[in-house]
Parts: sequence; structure tokens; C-alpha cells
Amino acid sequence: MLKLARRNFFLGAMFAIALTALAFAAAPKLTAEDAKHTHSGVMIEKAWTRATPPGAKVAGGFVTIMNHGKEADRLIGGSFALSQRDEVHEMTMTEGVMRMNEVKGGLEIAPGATVELKPGGYHLMFMELGGEPKVGTPVKGTLQFEKAGEVAVEFAVAPLGAKSLHGKGGDMPTGQDLGGHEMKHNH
Amino acid sequence: MAANTSLLGRIRLVLWGLVAIAAFVGGAVFLGHMQEAARQGASLPGAVRIGGDFELVDQNGDPYSSEALKGRPHAVFFGFTHCPDICPTTLFEMTKHLEALGPDADKLTVLFVTVDPARDTPAQLKTYLSAFDPRIVGLSGSAKQVADAASKYRIVAEKVATSDGSYTMNHTASVFLFDSSGTLVSTLNWEEPEETRHKKLQRLMQRS
Repeated sequence: MLKLARRNFFLGAMFAIALTALAFAAAPKLTAEDAKHTHSGVMIEKAWTRATPPGAKVAGGFVTIMNHGKEADRLIGGSFALSQRDEVHEMTMTEGVMRMNEVKGGLEIAPGATVELKPGGYHLMFMELGGEPKVGTPVKGTLQFEKAGEVAVEFAVAPLGAKSLHGKGGDMPTGQDLGGHEMKHNH
Repeated sequence: MAANTSLLGRIRLVLWGLVAIAAFVGGAVFLGHMQEAARQGASLPGAVRIGGDFELVDQNGDPYSSEALKGRPHAVFFGFTHCPDICPTTLFEMTKHLEALGPDADKLTVLFVTVDPARDTPAQLKTYLSAFDPRIVGLSGSAKQVADAASKYRIVAEKVATSDGSYTMNHTASVFLFDSSGTLVSTLNWEEPEETRHKKLQRLMQRS
């Protein structure tokens, strides 16, 4: 009886492992980058940040990046008018522990992919803030791509605690223009 | 011979039956004890106890110890001000929750304990917390005091170097909710809906 139960458990575990392996095998593989330089089709949408509490030395930058080109590109950094430095970071939560890691070598934007930098995930980490981002006053900055190069953006400023640029979250005064809505298409 | 075997078989069956009953009764008694222990706030055998005595310093530079929590429901979470996302968000959400609790909020103590005392001096905490509900208490202290409090609350706090020679912190982000007897009753998680968190806080206040 016990032996049978153990065998069933073993079989179940093997099945689970096999399924996981299958899932990984079925996941789309990212193609290796082509060394040839072609015009890049990176498109940037919705760059935004949040108002920070007084005395804050860091802020998160969020943006949606689409790659309409045929080659993968990488977001390797950028700039933010109010900060000295920035890095591409990833935040993860496991068992209640929040972890921050620099995305070494940059964040890949595969051809045809849309990558959203958003609260709780990938973000630009703006460090050594020299001023406070204020709701409604967009902050100038850039995004630095490996292939597309430097792209100028304006980070709209959402209220403290906002979970998205226009979503619920902060005490957003109604009808206030957050600015920085334009789309940038880089060719 | 055949009669003997069947008799033995029957005895064996009865014995196994008794074993099953004993296991069931024993299990029930054990569970009852555990529940009673949990009700009385004792730590469960095999489960980690969260919380304990600490001596820290509040955002006004005054000593603040766990004595202040005696007889009061409290919410405790750890973070730091060089935190781009989860710490300001949690403080912001707690501010909204305190407002939603109405008069009950005055009976709840909310503690934000830094995991980065080197940069988060009481003065820095005071400035930072000015954007949130003034009832939130910011706590710092010496590296040793903070490490001691963090270990009592089973907090993971680790320094992570950034490429410019500075650092950021990985840390436990849950908000622990304790009733007035100091028993951990629930946790808040920023990924769950606001309504769920609000209900947990309401239950905590009803219980206390």
C-alpha cells in the first residue's frame, strides 16, 4: 500500500518534471542578433515616472517599448534630467521578499516584442535625484539602446503610489494634464 | 489451519482498526491543542515566532521600544528610503488605509522600520514620511539595533551593490499585522486588492 503510494507519487513527480521540460522547450526562442546594422524599428510609448516623497534619492522610470524591426535591440540605460545616474533594474517578489537586480547587459527587446517597464517589474532606476519630480511637469530624459542609439523622451509624472500612468492609484486631480503623451518612432 | 489464519486475519483487521481510531483521536487532540495555543498567542511548535522586543529610535530622534506596542494592535513593515517602488507604494497604501479606517485608525500603531540605518537617519525618515499619514512611525537606530529588530521579525535584508559603488537593498516587503496581545494575525501584501487589505485591517481592529 505504502509502496504503491510512493510509486504513484514518484510517477506524478516525473510527469510534472516532464511537463515543465515540455513547456520550456515549447517557449519561443529568441533569435541571435544579426551583426548587420539595419534601420531599427524601436518604438517608445508612455514614458512615465512618479512623484517622490520629499528627501527621496531614487525614482523609478517606466515605459513601453515595441520592436517593429527585424533585429533584437537592447535597452542599456538612459538619462533623467533630475538624476545623476540610472540603471536598468528588475524587481522581483519571492515569498514576500522584494529583490532588485541590475539587468546586466541590458534588457532585450526581441523583434515583434512589446516590453513594458512597469511598477513591480523592469524599470529604470534613477539614482542620486537632485530634485523632486512634480505631478504634471514632465521630466526630460533619454533612453539608450544598443542599436537604436539614444532616443529623447519625456517622462510624464504620475502621483505618488500610482500603479500606471493613467490608472487608479494616486490622488490624481481630475482633468490634470500629466504631459508627455507623445509617441516617438525612431527609424 | 484455515480457521487459524482467518482468526489471525480478523484480529489483525481489528488491531489496524484500533490503530486508525487512535491516530484519528490523537490527531484531533493535537489539533485542538494547537488551536488553543494559537488563540493564546503562543508560538506554534515548529513555526517561527515573528516579532519580539526591540529598542529603536523614531523619526524625532526619541527612543522607541516594543513597550509602546503593548496592548495595541499594530502593523509593522520594513523598507528604506532609497527604494523606488515598493516602499513609497506601501507607505502610500497605508496612508489610504488609515484614512479608510476612520476613528479606528487612532488605535492602530503603524511602524515603518528602515533596513538601511546608515542612510536612513531619523531626520531623513522624518523628511520622507512627511508625504504620508503623520501617524506612521518611522524607526531607525544603530546598525546593531536594526539588525536585532529585523531578525526578530524574520526579515530578509541584504545589501546589493550597484555598478557605481553604491548599493540598494533586497528586503522582506510584507506588512505584518499583530493584535493587541502581540499575536501575528495576518499580513498585507501589495499585490492583493486594496479591498482585501482593508478587510484584513478591519478584522484586526474588531479583534483588538
